[in-house]
Amino acid sequence: MALKTETFILNAGPQHPSTHGVFRMRLTLDGEVIQDVEPVFGYLHRGIEKLAEGLTYPQDIVFTDRLDYLASMTNNQAYVVAVEKLAGIQAPERAEYLRVIMAELMRISSHLMAVGFLLNDLGAFLTPLLYMYREREKILDLFDMVCGQRLTYNYMRIGGVSQDIPEEFIPALKKYIDSLPGFINEYEQLLATNEIVLIRTKNVGILTKESAINYSAAGPVLRGSGVKWDIRKADPYSVYERFKFEVPVGSVGDIYDRYRVRIEEMHQSIAIIRQAMEQLPQGEIQAKIPKVLRPPKGEAYGHIEGPKGELGFYLVSDGSTNPYRLHVRPPSLINLTALKELLVGVKIADAMAIFGSIDICVGEVDR
Amino acid sequence: MTTALAATEIAAKLEAALPGSVVESNGNTVVVKDVQLFRAASYLKTTAGLDFNYLNYLTATDYQTHFELIYDLISIEHNHHIILKTRLTDREKATVASVVSLWRGADFQEREIYDLFGINFPEHPNLKRIFLWDGFQGYPLRKDFKH
Repeated sequence: MALKTETFILNAGPQHPSTHGVFRMRLTLDGEVIQDVEPVFGYLHRGIEKLAEGLTYPQDIVFTDRLDYLASMTNNQAYVVAVEKLAGIQAPERAEYLRVIMAELMRISSHLMAVGFLLNDLGAFLTPLLYMYREREKILDLFDMVCGQRLTYNYMRIGGVSQDIPEEFIPALKKYIDSLPGFINEYEQLLATNEIVLIRTKNVGILTKESAINYSAAGPVLRGSGVKWDIRKADPYSVYERFKFEVPVGSVGDIYDRYRVRIEEMHQSIAIIRQAMEQLPQGEIQAKIPKVLRPPKGEAYGHIEGPKGELGFYLVSDGSTNPYRLHVRPPSLINLTALKELLVGVKIADAMAIFGSIDICVGEVDR
Repeated sequence: MTTALAATEIAAKLEAALPGSVVESNGNTVVVKDVQLFRAASYLKTTAGLDFNYLNYLTATDYQTHFELIYDLISIEHNHHIILKTRLTDREKATVASVVSLWRGADFQEREIYDLFGINFPEHPNLKRIFLWDGFQGYPLRKDFKH
């Protein structure tokens, strides 16, 4: 007699240690195999795009801190780049260099978290993650030195940065940057030679090149699938044209490739910070901008390569002090579009690993 | 550096392929009629030499007299981009064709526009509110929304 079988529905989240915030996946399971996935968003929706319309351009910078709260510096940067484009403002060179140093430190910090949490999701519970936290902590100390904040920096300003670096910053940064490659290599060695990590990540969750492009994936997810696309190279902003660095890409598009791309990018960020420290010019850190900023009527889209992918702000000005419309291009949300294709047909044990390898931040998904 | 293609040239090509589709063009922006949007988007994606295979972002703005939808298209291969726009004047029954079948990356972004602006995308495979709950009254990003 044939046994009667039926599918059942499992809710992963919203309170789940592997969903990195309040995010829910509604999984339809046939035994252990996933048949359908429906991501459910909105638990952290604060209506930032609507709120931004009620505040002035400089006031909106603090909201950007609260999008991807693991990468506040790059959020600040994307927003000020967009406003500067809209209002035709050019930040002084020293400010651009400081922005680059902060953005690259932020990228390292965000990638450390991504790699740490991925291992957490794979079952290496907390131990590797705490080492990543230890290294990230030093970056937070550096940021604390610069702007007095550890999470929501509010450091960048339209036309510059809020304050110059203190004199003890560069020696501390140098010391940190010198110690970091050894750390990354050591842990990379422990992990990339670990057979369990390899079995769980290689050839699992493959996103092909064509799919990655079609799904508008960005950042390490796109590059992990073998597409050499990095806004810092493809459409350089700030002073990135002056630095030598590589754009690492994967070949298969599996979890391992996305993980490798992040590891390599940390090394590249270190190289960029070294060059930026050497070239750092003296001078002003803030351009002269009107006390009450009223950008001319029109629209602008400013974008940067954030740690999680292309982060952009689309702004419409009606000539008043507040943006008429502010839209965030959220890499976390758009990268999640591919989740369904990645998860259907795989075993539930791999679901969290695949999800972790996309690296999202719910603050940015829901906004 | 990503090249911004001249909108007038793209508009001329679109007009030749789909007569009467272009409303206006300037800078790097082409505005097409709402009923022709899908065909224009499909043309831009599939025409050799243009190859806009990457939908960078998709959003809307409420200008009170009309909604404007903006599609930022990129060709990764050629590293060039163009902005495609369309305008919807009917606020009550704002509807435009879904582009999910061309770029699957539009999926959540169209749901977001549906949720926050109340614009319909009839061909969308799973059109329902994305951030707000089903019983929520109104569309917050419309300018006439009262909270």
